[in-house]
Formats: sequence, C-alpha cells, structure tokens
Amino acid sequence: MTISLLLFKATLLLYLATTALYLVDVVKRRAAATLPSRLLMLVGYLVHCATLLARYLELGHTPVTNLYESLSFFVWTVVGVFLLFELRYRLAVLGAFVAGSGSIFMAAGALIGRSGVRELPPVLDHWLFPVHVILAFLGNAVFALAFAAGIMYLVQERLLKSKTFNALYYRLPSLDMLDRINYSCLSFGFPLLTLGIISGSVWAEVAWGSYWSWDPKQTWGLITWLLYAAMLHSRLTVGWRGRRAAIFAIIGFLCLLFSFLGVNLLMDGQHAFSAFEGG
Amino acid sequence: MHILVVGLSHKTAPVAMRERVAFQPATIGDSLQAMRDLPSIAEAIIVSTCNRVELIACSRTADEAERELVHFMADHHEIPLEELEPHLFQYQGADAIRHLFRVSSSLDSMVLGEPQILGQIKSAYNTSVEHKSVGLILNRFLHKAFSVAKRVRTETEIASNAVSVSFAAVELARKIFDDLTNKTVLLIGAGEMCELAARHFVNNGVTKVLVTNRTFARAEKLAQEFEGSPIPFDTFHEELHRADIVLSSTGADEPVLTREHIAGAIKQRKYKPMFLIDIAVPRDIAPEANDLDGVYLYDVDDLQGVVAANLKEREKEVTKAEAIIEEEIGQFANWLAALDVVPTIKALRERFDEVRQSELDKALSSLSHLGDKERNAVKAMTLAMMNKMLHQPMTVLKKAQNGDNGSEFVDAIRTLFDLPSPDTGEDTTS
Repeated sequence: MTISLLLFKATLLLYLATTALYLVDVVKRRAAATLPSRLLMLVGYLVHCATLLARYLELGHTPVTNLYESLSFFVWTVVGVFLLFELRYRLAVLGAFVAGSGSIFMAAGALIGRSGVRELPPVLDHWLFPVHVILAFLGNAVFALAFAAGIMYLVQERLLKSKTFNALYYRLPSLDMLDRINYSCLSFGFPLLTLGIISGSVWAEVAWGSYWSWDPKQTWGLITWLLYAAMLHSRLTVGWRGRRAAIFAIIGFLCLLFSFLGVNLLMDGQHAFSAFEGG
Repeated sequence: MHILVVGLSHKTAPVAMRERVAFQPATIGDSLQAMRDLPSIAEAIIVSTCNRVELIACSRTADEAERELVHFMADHHEIPLEELEPHLFQYQGADAIRHLFRVSSSLDSMVLGEPQILGQIKSAYNTSVEHKSVGLILNRFLHKAFSVAKRVRTETEIASNAVSVSFAAVELARKIFDDLTNKTVLLIGAGEMCELAARHFVNNGVTKVLVTNRTFARAEKLAQEFEGSPIPFDTFHEELHRADIVLSSTGADEPVLTREHIAGAIKQRKYKPMFLIDIAVPRDIAPEANDLDGVYLYDVDDLQGVVAANLKEREKEVTKAEAIIEEEIGQFANWLAALDVVPTIKALRERFDEVRQSELDKALSSLSHLGDKERNAVKAMTLAMMNKMLHQPMTVLKKAQNGDNGSEFVDAIRTLFDLPSPDTGEDTTS
C-alpha cells in the first residue's frame, strides 16, 4: 500500500466521523458537538492535503488524471471552501451534507475509478495544467455549496409557506441566510469558472495549437458558464432572488456536474479519462 | 439532616383550594416564624404563588417533621385536614431535592419552561433570609436549585421557541429575514395584539414603523409611541412596498389587502420577501396572497400552530433536563450526607492518623540507632499527642449532633481539614 492510499483511507474515516458528529449536532441538537465537528473536519482536511501531496510526489503531476483522483480532489476543494464559509456562516446542517456527500464521493471514486494511467502525456505536462484544474475545481466546489444551499432554501420556503413546523423547520437556517450564501457563492464561483475556462483555453493553445476545439467538455463548460452568467445578470438587474435563485443554483450545478462527470464518463474528447489511456 | 417539601400545585389542587392555602405577603414573617417554631423544623422557606404553595424545610426527624408541616398547613389556614390532605404532595430526601430542582427549572410549570417561577422561588428565599428562617442547609439547597435551573436553561432548549402568539411572529420573521435590524414594519389598524407584536419587533431590532388607521389621529398617536410615521389610510397601498413586515388588525368586513395589492408591492420590491401577519377576524388580507413568490402570509390560526409546535419542541427537551437534575441530585445528596457527625469524626481521625504515620516513618528512618523500646516510646508519644489534640473537637462535635447547629460545625471541619465526601449515592436519609 502506498502512503497516499493509506492517507486516503485515513481521510475517508475522518470525514465519516465528521459526518456522524455533525449529525449528532443536527438531529439531537447538541450544540456542544459543533466545535468538535468543525475541528474534526479540519483535521480530516489537513490529512486530505497530505494525501494529495503524497500522491503528487508519487506521480510527479497534479493528481486528477482518473476518476478516483478527480473525485478526491473535488471533495478536497469542497471541504476547503466549506471551511472558509464556516468562518462566516455557522451551519451544522450544511456541514453534515458536505462531509456526508464528500465521503460518498470519495468512496465511490475509490471503488469504481481506480483504473487509469499514472503517466501524464508529455503534451499535457505544462504549468497551466494545475492552474486550470485548481481554478475549475474551486469553481465547482463553490457551486456545489450553492446547490446545497439552494435545496435547503426550497425546503425551508415550502415549510414556511405551508405552515409545516416539523423538525427540519427548526434546524434549517433562515431564508435570508441561505439566499446570501447563494449570492456569495455565485459572486465567487463565476469568476473562478471564467478563469478556469480561459486558463484551459490558453493551455489548449499551448498543447494542441488551438484555443477552442468544441470538445464536449468545452461545449458543456460554455453552456454552464452562460447559465451562471444569466443567473448573475438577472439577480443584479431584475432582482431574481430567493426561490428562483435557488432553483437556478440547482440547475446550474446539475449542468456543471454533467460537464464534470457525465462528459468524462460518457463522451470522448481530450478531457475524458480514456483519452489519457490512449496516450 | 433531611430535606422535606410539603405543598400543593396546579397539578394537584384546583384554584379554589390553592387560594385558600395561599400565604399573604404582609404576614409572611409571622408565618415563617410559626413554621420555624414547630418542634422538629430546623430551617424554613415558604413559596406561595398563584400556581403553587410549598413549604420547604429541613429537620433531623423526617417523618415527624412531615406530619407537623401537614398540620401546620391545615391549622394555619383553618382548613379541615381531611379536606386538605388529598391535594398535598409530601416529599423527603432525594424526592424532595428532585422536586425543588424540577420546579425551579420550570419543568413543573403550567407553561413548560416559563421563566417566572425561578424569580418567585428566589424572592421566597430572600424573604426567608430576611426573617432569618434559613441556615446552612437550605441556603446551600436553594443556591443549588438556582444553579441547576440555570444549567437546564442554558444546556437544553426548554426555554427557547416562543410560546406566545406575538413572540412567535417575531421568531417566524427571523426564519425569513434572519436579522431584523433595518427592517420596516407597517401597522394597519390598531389592536392590542398588533401593538404588542409591534413592540416585540421593535425590541428585536426593527427600526422603522409605519402606522395607518381609518382615523388619522389614532395613526398619529400610535406612530408617536413607536417613533414612526403615520400614513393616511386612503393612500397606504402606495407605501405597501416599503414594508418588510405587515401587521394587520382592522375591524373591516372586506379584505383591506387583496392579492393584487400585494402582487404589485412585491414586484416593486424586486421580490424581496414580505411577511404578512393578519391578526384580524374576519381576515384583512386575502389568503390567496400566500401563493405569491416571496410572500409569507400568516393568520391567527397559523401563529397558534407555531406556538403548539414550539411547545412540543420544549417537551422534547424534558428528558435532557431531567438527566441534568439527576446528576445534580447525586452531588447535593453527597454533600448533605457528609454533614453527618459519625462519618466526619471517623474521617477526621483518619486524616490525623495519616499525617502521624507518615511523619513517624520519616523520623524513625533517620533515627536508626534507636532500639525497639525507644521506638515504641516515640510511637506511643505521637499517638497520645494526636488523641489529646482531637479530644476537644470530637467532644464538641458529638454534643452538637443533637443541636440545630451541628451541621455548621461538621461543614467547617470538613472544609478546614479538607475531608473527602463519603460516597453515598442518592441516599440522603442515612
């Protein structure tokens, strides 16, 4: 077993423990569990950092060349962004969601996506590779949080409208806070996504001599970008907020998820992991 | 020493009985004196509120004291014993401790978690302090009860979530707007409940109040109270979009606000949410308005629904509160049991003997040239010294055992010589 695999398993265990602790906080409403949950997640995150570093040293390039690595990298960015958000919004429900879905993503990646090359084709070995990947993944992570906040908004909105005062009503945060999270995600995520696309395009020029080749990933990336651009525009001009913004954030992320996973798994192109295998 | 509580509450007695046994504040001093004068009662507190009357006491002889307290209650209020007794609860030892901890934590209140009862017990205790009817044990007991109540309040959510309609409205607003600072409230019409809710909103951060009324003078008057601005009733629809929260209670037969009015306002607000509270019956705001995006319309029944749900949430916290109480009973019972004279004398002797032994060993090891005879003489000397020194305190303690202030000596000795508490669990009757 390599060091990175060992660390990977440790990370996964820590995230699972974090999920359990956050659930205690949410379900039993033990506020005393909040700080330990946060610290445990931070520890998990630091071990995750070490995992990626070890993997990087083993491979000699940024570890995102197969599904297993990509999902782990994705979860790393989501947790990192969440920890930053936690400084401002104290959200145990979101913590349980992030740690829980993160663990699932990582476990799934480890189960189905371990195959794939270790060698990076020389044509891709360029400093723009990590830059592009990190920007794109950070954008994804921020939008993943907007997605989670969007779902929570729709649920809380429905409860308030239908006057249903169940356990969720007491545990979910206020509509205003969820909408503010949505907006700040959008205002951080959009520039990240834009830079991710631009850096990818520049890198494509260096690698293949063309800025844009209508590769499926590029196409879907562009569609997603247009969607988020429309969302930002309507919020700033017409004042689309609340429920509409929440729905938009959910659709936007599904689109993003498709360009991230669906394209890689279902379609051919320079971004598909199969492309690496072909050399 | 034993702790006792005898009394009745809204759970055991109807109001007709409760008012007969209530103690009058004007003569409470005499009542306390009379209770204190009962032959087996050492310390006394009387709690008398509209929901409960309780005699809290400590005594050396629990059963006798209990009988005296029951008779005292009956005689003092001139109620036949047979009539009174079925309504009384009588607790001793751990049960009495549990009872007071539960009452002061508001687990026994009519509205679970309401904060008044703690204040009432505190003032009853202060009255007893003024009339010098409490000593070491009830002092410690009541302070413990206050700290348990505080723990329950902070560590559980027994007192969170509003149980009044007007405060429930404020909490709902927080679920929509999060922070109420810089929000604007519009009051339509003037009802008592409307005003009360408006006051809650202002106390919770709302800075701007608009008031409208068919009689403009009334709007002006109410606006003045809230330092807000009055709006003529004929044109208030034009100002509707400025309001984040609308409180309506007019006497109108027809809705004052239709779905169209609100649809127009919300559009003008760029879909910033609006919280509409309709306290009027018949209703002032068309119920269909709730379907509009960003509009949350609540009528009186809806608010009562929140209150009912909130009460259920409080009930879920009772188990947590009871666990805290059980923990604290154990602690207090240990302290109480430690006030017994016999174990204290034993512990004191042991503490002295420990010191004697260790010093003796040290001394003898550096006096290795001594023979057995000399060694025994040194040993006998230390033993004699210890016994002589302990003689007087032990005599005083044994004598105090039968007096009222024995517990104070015991407590002082335990503190001065840092004696450990005996581990007796919850049994306070030993």
